[in-house]
Amino acid sequence: MLFTSYTFIGFVFLLFALYYTVPARWQWRLLLAAGYVFYLASGWKNCVFILVTTVSTYVLARRIGAYHMQQESYLKEHKKEMSREQRKDYKAGIKRRQRRLLLAGLLLNFGILAVLKYTNFAIHNVNLLLSAAGSARQVPTADLLLPLGISFYTFITMGYLIDVYRAKYPAEQSLGKLALFVSFFPQLVQGPINRFDDMKETLFSPHKPDRQEIAFGLERMLWGYFKKLVIADRMLTGVTAIVGDPQTYGGIYVFVGMMFYALQLYADFTGGIDITIGIAQVLGIRVKENFLRPYFSKNIAEYWRRWHISLGSWFTEYIFYPVSVCQPMLNLSRFSRKHLGDYVGKRMPVYMASLAVWFTTGIWHGASWNFVVWGLLNGLIIILSQECEPLYARFHRRFHVDGTFGYRLFQVVRTVLLMSSLRMLDCYRDVPLTFRMFGDMLLHSRPSQLFDGRLMSLGLTAADYGVLTAGTVVLVGASLLGRKGSVREMLSRKPAAVRWAAVYGLFLCTLVLGAYGVGYDSSQFIYNQF
Amino acid sequence: MRRKRMMAAVMAAIVVGSLAFLTRLLEPKYMGRIVEGALIAEYYQETTDHDVIFIGDCEVYENFSPITLWEEYGITSYIRGSAQQLIWQSYYLLEETLQYETPEVVVFNVLSMQYNEPQRESYNRMTLDGMRWSMSKVRDVLASMTEEENFLDYVFPLLRYHSRWSELTADDWTYLFHKDKVSHNGYYMRVDEKPAGTFPKPKKLGNYQFGDTAYAYLDKITGLCRENGIQLILIKAPSLYPAWYEEWDQQMEEYARDNQVPYINFLDLQEEVGLDFATDTYDGGLHLNLSGAEKLSRYFGKILQQEYGLEDHRQEADLAAVWQEKTEFYHQMQAQQEQELQEYGYIRKFSEEEE
Repeated sequence: MLFTSYTFIGFVFLLFALYYTVPARWQWRLLLAAGYVFYLASGWKNCVFILVTTVSTYVLARRIGAYHMQQESYLKEHKKEMSREQRKDYKAGIKRRQRRLLLAGLLLNFGILAVLKYTNFAIHNVNLLLSAAGSARQVPTADLLLPLGISFYTFITMGYLIDVYRAKYPAEQSLGKLALFVSFFPQLVQGPINRFDDMKETLFSPHKPDRQEIAFGLERMLWGYFKKLVIADRMLTGVTAIVGDPQTYGGIYVFVGMMFYALQLYADFTGGIDITIGIAQVLGIRVKENFLRPYFSKNIAEYWRRWHISLGSWFTEYIFYPVSVCQPMLNLSRFSRKHLGDYVGKRMPVYMASLAVWFTTGIWHGASWNFVVWGLLNGLIIILSQECEPLYARFHRRFHVDGTFGYRLFQVVRTVLLMSSLRMLDCYRDVPLTFRMFGDMLLHSRPSQLFDGRLMSLGLTAADYGVLTAGTVVLVGASLLGRKGSVREMLSRKPAAVRWAAVYGLFLCTLVLGAYGVGYDSSQFIYNQF
Repeated sequence: MRRKRMMAAVMAAIVVGSLAFLTRLLEPKYMGRIVEGALIAEYYQETTDHDVIFIGDCEVYENFSPITLWEEYGITSYIRGSAQQLIWQSYYLLEETLQYETPEVVVFNVLSMQYNEPQRESYNRMTLDGMRWSMSKVRDVLASMTEEENFLDYVFPLLRYHSRWSELTADDWTYLFHKDKVSHNGYYMRVDEKPAGTFPKPKKLGNYQFGDTAYAYLDKITGLCRENGIQLILIKAPSLYPAWYEEWDQQMEEYARDNQVPYINFLDLQEEVGLDFATDTYDGGLHLNLSGAEKLSRYFGKILQQEYGLEDHRQEADLAAVWQEKTEFYHQMQAQQEQELQEYGYIRKFSEEEE
């Protein structure tokens, strides 16, 4: 059930109606049922996997939580008779048992994800090695289904399990409520990767209809559909034409494709998240923002703090911190300090953990080398930029440009170009081809090629270019306005007629200018694939 | 409170008005070179009943002239046909027609028996958009939709045609609130000539058996006519292309025999009809031109009159007045097409040169 299908829109509006009709205490159960109806629409076999993940996480988290409680009450009860050593031993024993349970959960669920998502990638690489070794033998690829949103719900549940293990909050006692947290349908296909402690209150509490919140939610959904249908899906035609025919579209067209894809991805992903957050808001549920005007970032590190925020924070919390303080990393740090000096020794664990995070980020996005290289390049640029900070500092001491509009603009343009260049790996999905096209863009880029007629052969008409230009202006305008606060709240303070005209205008634009229906290939949201 | 209500009413009016306006503006008008999409809707302008209803595809609406049937025999008729009209579409159009009138004879052209599944969205739209909403239309849409189509696109045509905003022409504005009459009781007139040439050799088919769905709808057509006391006549129009295989013909003969309905294959009666494919077709033998359609109608009219006893209504004043108007329009269009043909060598409306 695509977010852009009539079925989905009908489903969501039926749910809205039912949600505020049923007794409030039944609302979360209704959402759970809706989540599974939505999931079943993607195939009943998929449900088996999400159920296994939900039930295993529920059981293990409760067991881990029970150990926390057991430890607490035991230590309280035997406070006086236990020595410090005994208490430490007891805690270590409990921790061992909890760790075993945590490991079981991580192995099972990341195992399912790894098998379903990465088996064929592994087989493909084995086959490449066999070919390189001159063997005619090839391992056949496996016919595996990839359940909808598996990368998202696996990260959501494992984050929860780790949090319970860390005693950040107690384990959820209700299987139904945990199942709702995992299967909350707006977030299933492309996130955000929500945390249980952020969601439990808002997700399970009864909600009364709030006209203002419902209006804001509907407006947010509409804005998401505008971005997806008017901009992203229209841009898709041009991107597909350029990427699909590298022979014809080299030189400056690689740059055009790169910028088209940057815009398409942004409109597609943020549009999807707008729909997600909008649906949740209509239901009275608060979902954290996943984007904060990322293309206005001054550098890549900041960009990643503002793009797909929930994924970045998940990796930071559950991979970066544990990896940088794990025993082998501390040993490596000690070794480096001894043999390579304090400077390297201090940075070694951080950089190794960073690279681990970026490798995982890459492979999470897709089971292919282009994503791995993309992830690692992101990490390398961030590390390089950190290493160059003394240089920047010297530059700024000499030239007082920091904080000026021109320099800020330069930083923003640099971020956009850097990120768009890296995204070419995602676009061409072939590492050597991407580097070749990147070289072609730099070495054979003649802007005059833009006027040789090929621009009009990308499947986009002059009218399409007009819509894309206007759409981009609206998008950038809304982002600039958004720096001062929520655009919808600003709009709500205007006279009702102005607000209504703006919303209805946006609705008509989406309805008429949207790239949907017969004659258009209905396109999935790009992040659905991850 | 009152002000709020007023504002809500104004907003609702703007929403309904703007959506209705956009729908009208963006829907194809079929007033230019392709008029086939306008044929189905013209039926609802009819004020009198008909003796004969033709149902089928282009082989009926381009090959039979109801005006000739009237002028020669006083038979009133209407063609409910559209481009590549599939058999279930013919059935549902007949079902709908019977809500308005009960003819004495229904003529069904069997070429569409070759299709067992929905074919093309663009043809579906030309047939279905013009139909008035009824349960027949609902069932017709559901039976006709290809995989890419959605029922809602029929309910709200704006969802289908929204992308036409960048292709709007002067016609879209001219015919925003009215449409010209393009057919003569469903007949699509062409006076130009293009002699039949050679056709590609018919492809050998893996299976010549008509599909179950096609047969099921043929049964439904037969049943519906029987229930309503209507004489059904199955025909195969004398179009030379696309190929009508011998195996198909045998199946139709067998069906007609088993169900006791007449079946006339006009391909075998070209001489008797007097057709000359050097002068009686406008597109090289696929469809008849006016001269061919009139010859075929004269021949078929005689059958209708002699074998099925259809009465001559020319003396009925009310009917004669209605048909007088139709006849004038027919001859006026004929004269205009002939004049253009003489002046330009082509009919302007249907020529690519005029685009």
